[in-house]
Amino acid sequence: MKKPLMQEHLDPFFKYQVMKEPGGEKLALCFACDTCTLSCPVRVQEEAYQPRTIIRLILLGAKQEVLTDPVIWLCASCFQCQERCPQGVGVTDLINAVKNIACREGFIPKSMTMQMGLLAKHGRLLEIGDFENKKRDKQQLPLIKEQPEDIQRIIDLSGAARYLPQESE
Amino acid sequence: MKKAAFFIGCTVPVRGTNYEQSFREVARVLQIELVDHPGFSCCGFPTHAINRMTALALSARNLALANQVSLSSMITLCNACTENMTHTNHLIQHDPVTCDEINRILSQIHLQYHGEVKVKHAMRYLYEEIGLDTIRASVKNPLSNLRIAAYPGCHYTKPSELYEGFDNPEKPHTLNELVIATGASIVSYESSCCGGGTLGAKEDTALQMGIQTLKSMKENEADAIVLICPFCDVMFEQNQKKMEKLYGKEFNLPILYYPQLLGLAMNIERERLGLTINRIKLDKVLEKIQSGNKE
Repeated sequence: MKKPLMQEHLDPFFKYQVMKEPGGEKLALCFACDTCTLSCPVRVQEEAYQPRTIIRLILLGAKQEVLTDPVIWLCASCFQCQERCPQGVGVTDLINAVKNIACREGFIPKSMTMQMGLLAKHGRLLEIGDFENKKRDKQQLPLIKEQPEDIQRIIDLSGAARYLPQESE
Repeated sequence: MKKAAFFIGCTVPVRGTNYEQSFREVARVLQIELVDHPGFSCCGFPTHAINRMTALALSARNLALANQVSLSSMITLCNACTENMTHTNHLIQHDPVTCDEINRILSQIHLQYHGEVKVKHAMRYLYEEIGLDTIRASVKNPLSNLRIAAYPGCHYTKPSELYEGFDNPEKPHTLNELVIATGASIVSYESSCCGGGTLGAKEDTALQMGIQTLKSMKENEADAIVLICPFCDVMFEQNQKKMEKLYGKEFNLPILYYPQLLGLAMNIERERLGLTINRIKLDKVLEKIQSGNKE
């Protein structure tokens, strides 16, 4: 059982913060029918992951609970909830907006900073060096040269440089 | 001859070269000129959950590069690339504020982009631009002995608001039709997300998600799974052994990427279809094709 939420811990402005975030605009349309949770393939395996509960917690103002709970990162982005929502809440986009806010507020999972680090280093998620190119050449596929410079620029210009792994990591 | 930018993303050129090689081969037969661009990078999808604008600007950069060399069409192999690039196009065309923001970033690397390039997943391209009739006509060796579980994956049809009425998000059928065009038959099964999107956050949950679908494919006696996304391959092929261990039963379900299946039906030499790269042995599938020829 989760601990009861105390009123002094609730942030009544959290819902407005989510609605201002791209993807979160239609939060208030939710009428709590539970179609999202019942459609969710993650929920079949993980009782803790319930999109409707996340939406209700946001509306209630449980900012810390939502942003720090690792379950938001279980969303597979399969869009099944978004397809079926009768109110057009855009549930998958909304969960993604919550993840963006969580990162900005300092709750970014390590796997995410690692991904950002790989992109900055290689311009792609998987390294392509001599070894990979040799294999590509054997299959008569064109060789690929990593060009991370523009990617680093975009990470910087889009405000994501702070999500890169720290030197010590 | 049709012509399109060929966007292979991050995962395919390293872990899915069988997919890439076989698509290049069938594209040649179907007279699609695929143009590689040396500047293409990651589509941006991996950054979407962290910082949306990074994802949008990264995909807009790739689209701007294609536009710069006057390509108005882009073919993608990965479902995630398809979704992210189509999403970016959609926002650029319908959301002027986001469009300005993206172009403010692009201008710093001397690019601009206003939605000129049409993105289509390679299989959607085959279905819509080449057509089933042409594909059927290219088949020299109908694979009539094979029972295939066709698995299109989530982002091939979803979110449907991005895909202009293409296919049906609840009951996808275009990949089935493409498979049937090779002469193979389709098995129906209960489909669910492969779990790929959850793998980084919690492996066991992701594997359990994948098991649901593999179980149903096996029960319905599929000979092989046909895939069109490298992330679905990470789950259904590269993690199949782990799923078997967790489930306590063997699946032994080989996978083929769709262009590998089509290539076999076209009688393209096997070594040109990257079949040796497939991790789960295809011996039984190939035997079945062989015995079908004799009948």
